[in-house]
Amino acid sequence: MSKDLVDLITTKHDVRNKKRKLNGKERFWLIFRYVSLTFIWFLIVMPIYVMVINSLKGVKNVYLINAFKLPERLDFSAWSVAWSGTDYFPQSISESMTRTLIFVIQSSIISAVIGSINGYVFAKWKFKGSNLIFTLFLFGMFIPYQAIMIPLVRVATEVGINKSIYVLVFAHVIYGIPICTLIFRNYYEAIPNELIEAGRVDKASMIRIYRSIILPLSIPAFVVVLIWQFTSAWNDFLFAIFLTGGSPKLSVATTALNFITGSSNQVYYGVNMTASLIVSLPTLIVYIFLGRYFLRGLLSGSLKG
Amino acid sequence: MAKLTTNRHSLRTRIGGLFFVLPSIITVLIFVYGMIIWSINVSLTDQNSGRKKEINYVGLKNYTDLISDDRFTHALGNLVKFTIVFILGTLVTGFIMALLLEKGIKGEGFFRSFYLYPMAISFIAMGTVFNWLLNSARDGEAGGINLALQKIGLGFLQNDWYVSERGAMYAMALPAIWQMSGYVLALFLAGFRGIPDDMREAARVDGASESQIYRYVLFPQLTPTLLTVLIILGHISMKVFDLIIGINGKSYVTQVVAVYMWESTFDARNYAKGTAIAIVLLVLIAIVVVPYLRYNNKQQAYR
Repeated sequence: MSKDLVDLITTKHDVRNKKRKLNGKERFWLIFRYVSLTFIWFLIVMPIYVMVINSLKGVKNVYLINAFKLPERLDFSAWSVAWSGTDYFPQSISESMTRTLIFVIQSSIISAVIGSINGYVFAKWKFKGSNLIFTLFLFGMFIPYQAIMIPLVRVATEVGINKSIYVLVFAHVIYGIPICTLIFRNYYEAIPNELIEAGRVDKASMIRIYRSIILPLSIPAFVVVLIWQFTSAWNDFLFAIFLTGGSPKLSVATTALNFITGSSNQVYYGVNMTASLIVSLPTLIVYIFLGRYFLRGLLSGSLKG
Repeated sequence: MAKLTTNRHSLRTRIGGLFFVLPSIITVLIFVYGMIIWSINVSLTDQNSGRKKEINYVGLKNYTDLISDDRFTHALGNLVKFTIVFILGTLVTGFIMALLLEKGIKGEGFFRSFYLYPMAISFIAMGTVFNWLLNSARDGEAGGINLALQKIGLGFLQNDWYVSERGAMYAMALPAIWQMSGYVLALFLAGFRGIPDDMREAARVDGASESQIYRYVLFPQLTPTLLTVLIILGHISMKVFDLIIGINGKSYVTQVVAVYMWESTFDARNYAKGTAIAIVLLVLIAIVVVPYLRYNNKQQAYR
């Protein structure tokens, strides 16, 4: 494999001859492209814009009729209410943020380690039937988790880890095995066999090759998998709602939902927007700084490159 | 090449490889395949919340009941509507984005980064905004999207959005299109850029016009990408759950199969029915995904 999908996408690419002056038709199309791109840009940015500006209007001055208008003066009170709660708004996300952060980081690290070992074997130490087993792994990536949810809830209850964060660590690690294995396997496939050929003798060298050759080269793949698992566990709602019985204190996703559905009759949209925004910040920050790696994880879900 | 090296392995090392992945194999075997079988088993019984009651096998009764269950067929119908609009909308939007960007344009990185950010945010979080903006009040009382449409002179497009039965699922597809278009853009952009420049140049030298180059040279090269996009969007669409819950909760009008499964399991405490719905969903997805996995597996073998 020469270039992977992300390299293809991000390579500077210009099939136009730059030196030549544009003629009228070409100029028209260039302007047309910019206008269209900007129009789409506005549509894409709009929801997050609405979130941000309405989180700065305070707790009670948020009306749908002014949804797109900038606040007259900045009021951060919705932020403190959403973060720590008040007497009339008892839910807070600070608590569930911390918990979610803990289980998400734990599950990402464990997933990455398992994925790396599996990927190494499936790419470089193929055994009889390993391709078939790998394909059977991949199927686990596509299943609707509802199909395993009731037995899983049952097991978690029997073991007694339901309603704790460990059940979520457990679920994300197990059901993350396919995608993490896939990402590492594709990454290791691209490492030339010649590089590890010399050391190939027995089982001991298999571990040594991993430690001395493969692992030092694996940092980009680790970043991809860590980010992928971080984002998907952070944004997960399905496991959270089934495995913790929707306990709002355990996961940010369920907390955010509680904000939306609201326990009181009065809906405070400003606080809702703020809560949603705070909940989205960690994954957004990861995306802003490590977007390339995020994209790589995203595209590996398509099974290509 | 690869063949030669595998033959050189001693038996010990091949088993060594297996040894290291064995824990994962067993885990996947139990928690994916084993639990699917367990679910199928539950779906053949009359099990519900009461543990004391004895559990009887009722054969396929839960499945046949689903066929005559109006709420299930309603949810399935909703899912079909949603899937059609979501796939078409995302495909067209993402493809247009890719077309606009594929030649390379100043500021491409800027546009691309923004087009992809929705993928990083959870639908539960975005649900707050969409729930609010897609408010059904019109004209004088309008706010959110309906008001915005009035302001830009497109007042006739005002809509009930996800509230009324008629257009609810189409309205639900909008946020999904918003989120997933970037993904399609990325796949098609990679597709376009995987086509060697020489092919374009050759066609140009032969006197093909720009539109002919797209029509006869570039588009045919993108067929495998199109297949991938359809499969990925298809399986995401059939599983849709967070998006619906985030925007409209368990409301009847926008209920889809996954939401109905949740309701049957947790509100009605009917585990047998819940698993039956889940297995139907699994089969629907397997029909789409399994051929793709096999095709993919064959391609891998040639590498």
